Amino acid sequence: MAQRIETFYEVMRRQGITRRSFLKYCSLAAGALGLSPAFAPKIAEAMENKPRIPVLWLHGLECTCCSESFIRSAHPLAKDVILSMISLDFDNVIMASAGEQALAIIEETIEKYDGNFLLAVEGNAPLGEEGMYCISGGKPFVDELTRVSQHARAIISWGSCASWGCVQAARPNPTRATPTHKLPGIADKPIIKVPGCPPIAEVMTSVITYMVTFDRLPELDNQGRPKMFYSQRIHDKCYRRGHFDAGQFVESFDDEGARKGYCLYKVGCKGPTTYNACSTIKWNGGLSFPIEAGHPCIGCSEDGFWDKGGFYDRLTGIKGFGIDANADQIGATAAGIVAGAAAIHAGVSVVKRIASKGDDA
Amino acid sequence: MTEIRVHKEEAVYVYEAPVRIWHWVQVFAIFALGVTGYLIGSPPPSLGGEASDWFLFGWIRYIHFVSAWIVIVGFVFRLYWAFVGNPHAREIFLPPVWRASFWGGVWHEILWYAMVAKEPRKYTGHNPLAVITMHVMYVWGIVFMIVTGLALYGEGTGMGSWQYEWFSSWVIPLFGQSQDVHTWHHLGMWVIVCFVIVHIYVAVREDIMSRQSIISSMISGWRLFKDDRPVDRD
Ligand code: HEM
Ligand code: HEM
Ligand code: SF4
Repeated sequence: MAQRIETFYEVMRRQGITRRSFLKYCSLAAGALGLSPAFAPKIAEAMENKPRIPVLWLHGLECTCCSESFIRSAHPLAKDVILSMISLDFDNVIMASAGEQALAIIEETIEKYDGNFLLAVEGNAPLGEEGMYCISGGKPFVDELTRVSQHARAIISWGSCASWGCVQAARPNPTRATPTHKLPGIADKPIIKVPGCPPIAEVMTSVITYMVTFDRLPELDNQGRPKMFYSQRIHDKCYRRGHFDAGQFVESFDDEGARKGYCLYKVGCKGPTTYNACSTIKWNGGLSFPIEAGHPCIGCSEDGFWDKGGFYDRLTGIKGFGIDANADQIGATAAGIVAGAAAIHAGVSVVKRIASKGDDA
Repeated sequence: MTEIRVHKEEAVYVYEAPVRIWHWVQVFAIFALGVTGYLIGSPPPSLGGEASDWFLFGWIRYIHFVSAWIVIVGFVFRLYWAFVGNPHAREIFLPPVWRASFWGGVWHEILWYAMVAKEPRKYTGHNPLAVITMHVMYVWGIVFMIVTGLALYGEGTGMGSWQYEWFSSWVIPLFGQSQDVHTWHHLGMWVIVCFVIVHIYVAVREDIMSRQSIISSMISGWRLFKDDRPVDRD
């Protein structure tokens, strides 16, 4: 890297943030990342000395809810710090420049920081009709994304769109919307999935903080999600869990159980199958989260959550054989047929036996 | 016509005690798993009052897990017994699918159940159709339930636990996501239910209609024969 880039600390000072607030931020960041307070000085040191990492943030088929979430990161410093900490060189949605001037920044970043910038993708690329369903800067988005990926150091898949496909990839997926890691031609670079529709703001900012301060990728689980935020299910830390174990459920939304705050399992809560940090970090600055507001978790950070039947059904809907049924309906039908066949077989066996006995006599 | 048929009852010891004990223990455990598993998918009506008053759903899940461990340990033991037990202990694990005569036997059994064949063959062990059904639906069915079950269990014990590292970590991505594992585990239950319906029906039917003892053999271990013509296959 030929050009000297400012460090985070320099940027912060330039923005009028005091050293005291800076150190406070470092401790909070350490806490958010689940590190011991001893790490705060390390974060501070890294921020004082390391150049900011350039980030290109591209947008494909999506609704910008990830960006909306990100810029609302509640921690007062987080959004300022993160936004100044990374050098967010390109982001269609929140950048000031537009048109060719804006697009030129992509080329400039590739040229200057080849192999050293982070590529953040919000949304995904449709492969149908050679990518024509999503045109960005006059070209299919898929081409832009795969080309830029060749020069990045790592790729962050923001949200369920980039991570799994989300609503635009729901059956029958007419545009063949495809998540980042499944795109043919995507560079063989580490891909960090930060799923959710949208992901929690503090999760997004903390993932970036971790990468820039420690200069390495967060530890990922087998599905490519940072373990520090996606290693537990909503259910594991849900405050209604006591009612689950007791067997106290909301049966319908206006019943006594709903008023008493019983477990939402029977009205389709996907908390037991959803890996995310909502029940610990919560939303809107720790104000609340869906279950706390009385609504079951819909499992928005899980692969294919649109295609698993109703949000309000406990049992997953199974498509196929031209019908829509759940495991019990399919299984009970099969068992019924088997039992019926056995009964008929038994009947015929008895009749035959009596008939053959008659022959013998 | 009036001659008295004497047949020498040459009994054979087929099912050793450990196999019999294992069979009946897992009958109860699998029954408990089916009932509690169904309730995990469709819980009983909500109870009232405070959370501290009850632990009903906790108990349902607890019984599921205890029975699951009985089935797992039992299955591992049964697998071990296939190595050290008598040749009959190996039948359901190693059907001789490479032998044409085996398939001939399967076909004959199908004809027997289709009531085309007039007389069943005589076996000391299981009949070939039973062997193949038990191998596919029971052995692999239980392996499937154990693997998917441990993957779901690992979600509760959490990352870092052996259940998670050995099972959940690869089973969940294999099926897609946790919800899909639940669905397949649930469908697996119905496969076992279908097996059990057929198994019990056939055990009763063959007890009456075949040429050897069936149900009493799984209790005493001894196979008795109803005629003295030679057995078709050991
Ligand atoms: C024949 C054997 C078994 C049957 C019939 C059975 C049946 C079921 C059924 C129907 C469910 C509900 C699935 C759903 O969420 O819709 C279930 C859940 C579960 N089973 Fe099994 N199961 C069996 C064996 C096992 C084994 C060997 C384990 C291993 C530990 C196991 C562990 C679990 C766990 C952890 C759950 C999820 C509980 C929860 O979500 O709270 N099961 N089982
Ligand atoms: C009341 C219920 C049941 C009865 C009366 C019963 C009876 C029997 C009998 C008589 C046999 C020996 C068959 C033969 O002689 O060839 C047998 C074997 C077997 N049964 Fe059952 N059974 C019952 C339930 C179950 C259940 C619930 C399962 C498991 C899902 C099961 C799995 C097996 C297996 C795997 C064998 C083969 C044993 C071996 O060769 O190692 N049974 N059963
Ligand atoms: S409300 Fe949902 S996440 Fe909470 S305990 Fe009930 S099922 Fe689990």
